[in-house]
Amino acid sequence: MRIKEHPILTFPEKKKIWFTFNGQKVFGFSGDTIAAALHALGVMTLSHSLEMKRPRGFYCAIGNCASCNMIVDGIPNVRTCVVSLKEGMVVKTQTNKGDLNDI
Amino acid sequence: MIFKDLVIIGGGPAGLSAAKIAAEAGVSCLIIERDPFLGGQLIKQTHMFFGSEKQYAKTRGLDIAKILIDDCLKHQDLIEIMTSTTVVGLYKDKVITTLHDDTYNKIKAKSIIVSTGASERFFAFENNDLPGVYGAGAVQTLMNVYGVKPADKVIMVGSGNIGLIVSYQLHQAGVKVLKVIEAASNIGGYKVHASKIRRIGIPIETRKTIKRAIGKDKVEQVEIVSLDDDWNIVDNSSEIIDVDAVCISVGLIPQRNLLSMIDIKTKFIKELGGIVPIINEDHQTSDKDVYVCGDVSGVEEASSAIVEGYYTGLIAARNLGKEHQDFKTLNIDYKNQLLNLRSGPFGKKTLKGLEIMKEDANVK
Ligand SMILES: Cc1cc2nc3c(=O)[nH]c(=O)nc-3n(C[C@H](O)[C@H](O)[C@H](O)COP(=O)(O)OP(=O)(O)OC[C@H]3O[C@@H](n4cnc5c(N)ncnc54)[C@H](O)[C@@H]3O)c2cc1C
Ligand code: FES
Repeated sequence: MRIKEHPILTFPEKKKIWFTFNGQKVFGFSGDTIAAALHALGVMTLSHSLEMKRPRGFYCAIGNCASCNMIVDGIPNVRTCVVSLKEGMVVKTQTNKGDLNDI
Repeated sequence: MIFKDLVIIGGGPAGLSAAKIAAEAGVSCLIIERDPFLGGQLIKQTHMFFGSEKQYAKTRGLDIAKILIDDCLKHQDLIEIMTSTTVVGLYKDKVITTLHDDTYNKIKAKSIIVSTGASERFFAFENNDLPGVYGAGAVQTLMNVYGVKPADKVIMVGSGNIGLIVSYQLHQAGVKVLKVIEAASNIGGYKVHASKIRRIGIPIETRKTIKRAIGKDKVEQVEIVSLDDDWNIVDNSSEIIDVDAVCISVGLIPQRNLLSMIDIKTKFIKELGGIVPIINEDHQTSDKDVYVCGDVSGVEEASSAIVEGYYTGLIAARNLGKEHQDFKTLNIDYKNQLLNLRSGPFGKKTLKGLEIMKEDANVK
């Protein structure tokens, strides 16, 4: 869901950035953070809670709360709300504390 | 290890303003900012600001950010900027650990200004962890910075200025705001903002709160209840509403976690937003080479964050042996500007908070 019309802001078309989300090839736009691109694609669950495995989306969008932690290019606990999207990134939903053996 | 005279942590209005004045005085500084861009919270404010002309009233927040950033870029010889870089560690010998991509770096500073702003308060209700329960600031970032529509139908919890302004901005982005609810008996924010959203047909309902969010993998409904004057739930007042997001805007908390790493003295001062570093008149903390300014030293507004930034930059530069050529005039001017800004009804709270602070501020 991208905003098309806005009384104050303009959102000119930007370069497409392709990346992989849980094995699927998808795209966002240049200037997006990973979490913004995923949200625009309708993905709301970014991680799972450690004990109960409840779904978690983003909460603060400015890098404060860790609710958006995901595995990016094999590295866990990446705060996807402040990390810019890059071509070819491999992004995965995180369901644990992050394990070195996963890298 | 990189060596720097003055390191400024956080490139929001407070940090940018501090850098400008310190550079004017001839101090070489480094601004470290976690976001990919500078400007802090201003970057997502599409509305015109209040205050007086000196703090850019009647200018949109995002345009104020541009002015402050340009001011810093004019001093490129003295101001170095690192974006997408988070400060993750602070040590008593003024060593700062930064994280950029997956690289850690160490920087040693003579003085540090911490201007990390505030973070959004959260509160307890059933299922508050479901995706779709968002901070109002987060929603604002998503729409105004990235152009992404956060949801189709939302309810706003909290009627302070942020709740009111973000409700208006959600409407501008084509999101239906069903209502704003407020647990207290009166609206928290400015009247102009409240009238503006009422005019576009968004009701503000006081003495109501959210009891729970309902949904499996994301928010699908919310349960709203009425509260009586003792804050108890009124029987049979429950209302279930279909929404796809809930925005929480119940205040901000100074973001002082870095300061705890070096045992800076703090105090709980409710008027300033919670636990704040104890500072003296010169904005020095209990470590005299560590200064704070902006929301981290007490939640206020961008206008005061800017002036506090200028003031702190001025003092930090002087203490580093570089007195600004207009030191005396600016020193008085900034103090007066702050007094002016705090002279309104909302400023009373801050002034009271600062009075309480003084009781402990024998740290000079
Ligand atoms: C919806 C809304 C409406 C508002 N309307 C008004 C208004 O009309 N008028 C007004 O005067 N004010 C308004 N404000 C308030 C104003 O935006 C803030 O008070 C002001 O931005 C505070 O400035 P600051 O520099 O202290 O903090 P911030 O703007 O929050 O900047 C702090 C910066 O520090 C960075 N940071 C934090 N931690 C780290 C770290 N560890 N490492 C590196 N960087 C870090 C952050 O990314 C951020 O960029 C509004 C705020 C909101 C949310
Ligand atoms: S949403 Fe809070 S850290 Fe990313």
